[in-house]
Amino acid sequence: MNIVVCVKYVPDAQSDRTFNESDNTTDRVGVDGLLSELDEYAVEEALKLVEAGEGEVTVVTVGPDQAADALKKALQMGADKAVHVKDDAIHGSDAVATSLVLAEAIKKTGTPDLVITGMASTDGTMSVVPAMLAERLGLPQVTFASELSVDGSTVTIRRDGDAASETIVATLPALVSVTDQINEPRYPSFKGIMAAKKKPVEEWALADLGIDASQVGLDAAWTKVESFTKRPPREQGQIVTDDGDGGTKLAEFLAAQKFV
Amino acid sequence: MFELSKEHEDFRKVVREFAEAEVEPHIAKWDKDHHFPSDLVPKMGDLGLFGLVVPEEFGGMGDDGDFTSLCVAIEELGRVDQSIGITLSAGVGLGINPILTYGSQEQKERFLPDLVAGRALAGFGLTEPDAGSDAGATRTKAVRDGDEWVVNGSKAFITNSGTDITSVVTVTARTGTNDDGSAQLSAIMIPSGTPGFTVEPAYDKLGWHASDTHGLTFEDCRVPAGNLLGNEGEGFKQFLKTLDDGRIAISALAVGMSQRMLEETTEYARTRKAFGKPIGVNQGVSFQIADLAVMVEASRQLTYKAAWLKDELEHGRRSVKEVKQAAAICKLYSTEAAVTATRIATQVFGGNGFMEEYPVARFYRDAKILEIGEGTSEVQRMVIARHLGLPTA
Ligand SMILES: Cc1cc2nc3c(=O)[nH]c(=O)nc-3n(C[C@H](O)[C@H](O)[C@H](O)COP(=O)(O)OP(=O)(O)OC[C@H]3O[C@@H](n4cnc5c(N)ncnc54)[C@H](O)[C@@H]3O)c2cc1C
Repeated sequence: MNIVVCVKYVPDAQSDRTFNESDNTTDRVGVDGLLSELDEYAVEEALKLVEAGEGEVTVVTVGPDQAADALKKALQMGADKAVHVKDDAIHGSDAVATSLVLAEAIKKTGTPDLVITGMASTDGTMSVVPAMLAERLGLPQVTFASELSVDGSTVTIRRDGDAASETIVATLPALVSVTDQINEPRYPSFKGIMAAKKKPVEEWALADLGIDASQVGLDAAWTKVESFTKRPPREQGQIVTDDGDGGTKLAEFLAAQKFV
Repeated sequence: MFELSKEHEDFRKVVREFAEAEVEPHIAKWDKDHHFPSDLVPKMGDLGLFGLVVPEEFGGMGDDGDFTSLCVAIEELGRVDQSIGITLSAGVGLGINPILTYGSQEQKERFLPDLVAGRALAGFGLTEPDAGSDAGATRTKAVRDGDEWVVNGSKAFITNSGTDITSVVTVTARTGTNDDGSAQLSAIMIPSGTPGFTVEPAYDKLGWHASDTHGLTFEDCRVPAGNLLGNEGEGFKQFLKTLDDGRIAISALAVGMSQRMLEETTEYARTRKAFGKPIGVNQGVSFQIADLAVMVEASRQLTYKAAWLKDELEHGRRSVKEVKQAAAICKLYSTEAAVTATRIATQVFGGNGFMEEYPVARFYRDAKILEIGEGTSEVQRMVIARHLGLPTA
């Protein structure tokens, strides 16, 4: 079974994330970045499926030069090969354009049995790319899987909702997005790190995918960030002095803020 | 010259991520409860940490691995917690290393795969209640009886010897007397659970609370003759070589400690306010931290230089003597720097530095042993002076 996993290079949530002053897009160059943690679950799930049977895991990313780090991490975890779509024209693309680029890149890799994505990116957190991608590839979309199994030509997932858990079956090939409940992503091992050095990474530009630059980028985006303001510094908290009635004061505070 | 490769740096990132996710959240409790986390060991095995200097046939990393990578791993674990760092350092340096270096093919096949995978740990028992720096004073005796060795005696302070996954302890024992009257030592492997082999209750230690240390007693403990490691009478030579590698590893552990102290004090001096300003504005504070940065850099250079020499030695490009000297020098400097670093850090933290709530207190307690284990600072100075050709006592 051949699986394609879409992975994204995102600014590290631990560092100071910001926007570019010039065009209000997410700053992906000036801050430390990494493989989106939510995509690690997708990589892990693909690796488990392939390890239990046979086939290959290909990871695909669309992003700037530094996005190669996200691919490297996935290769170190055990993916077999990687595709990096990079092109200056892609800068500022919205989800619609990103899904177009991903779809064309996936088609160019061949005909995977399964496309797996994370449930959202940790920077944009829109969760729409999987659905758009399924639509563009003409695949059944089964999203937010917290459990996944493949049996012959079908994939079965469990989607946990507030009120109930649904079991959904789709025929392969299909696209599945997975949640952070589905598995425990592995750390790359020393062997994995050394092996990743020798794994193939393809670099494609828009022209290689037959996409016209006017279809992507900031100018083609359906949504744009008009302006941004820095988060105000955190205010000094309110200190409750306990004169024997600390508990009551605390409860009153919580009630006033409608927390209780 | 030596430098860390891109892969070493990638590996450093992974070990750091591992230590921060798997160790940091639990360590205060493990330390407080004197709990040895045996569940963590197989996870370390999955990362490949125990196999960095082991051939592939025993599950190790083969030519891809090297001693430098092991030092990187020890440094990064040690930056988060010293007990976990020494568990790896001793697990490889004292547990795996003697078996790998002196074991027969059969002995290696029997013990190494589990040790490399982190399913088991091994210890190395040299020190005795009355023989530490002076290992020649070893009293533990092994007498050949038919096709068995009968071991009697006791060992003190043996790391990783009593965990619930310890599979074997290699002990040095007197097997005869040399012509000059000195003890002839041999190394013998004693599997855990062998009748007559008692693991004494864990020590109550100043630091390294999450590391496993026990005294061991042997009373007519019988093991097959085939448990002799290497040749009879070569125990002395064997452990001297084992300790050389171990010293570089302890130095890496000290680098992790000093590095952490640098990070902790820098952050604290920026944020803690006194007299209306961050305490770091006072040169009395900031100069100490500047000195700390110098110590970290110097320890790291000495350590990785020694590790590099050791890797070069494996390829026959350097001499044993050179590595021995570099190992003693880095161990001496880095461990004394680490003790100083924890003292500075505790001082910068003020009263908070004395509170277990802050990790510097734990590091302060953990530091001192670095100047003692695997050869005290005095022993390192003896080795260095001897290498310089100075007369010996
Ligand atoms: C937590 C812990 C874990 C350990 N793990 C292990 C282990 O796994 N395996 C193992 O075999 N051992 C282990 N040890 C033992 C350790 O290696 C010894 O404690 C160390 O080598 C010192 O020996 P000693 O305690 O007998 O001190 P001594 O040799 O009695 O030394 C006492 C003091 O005298 C000094 N001294 C001695 N001789 C001289 C000299 N000629 N010139 C100048 N000064 C001298 C020493 O430097 C020291 O300051 C461990 C110890 C501890 C505390």
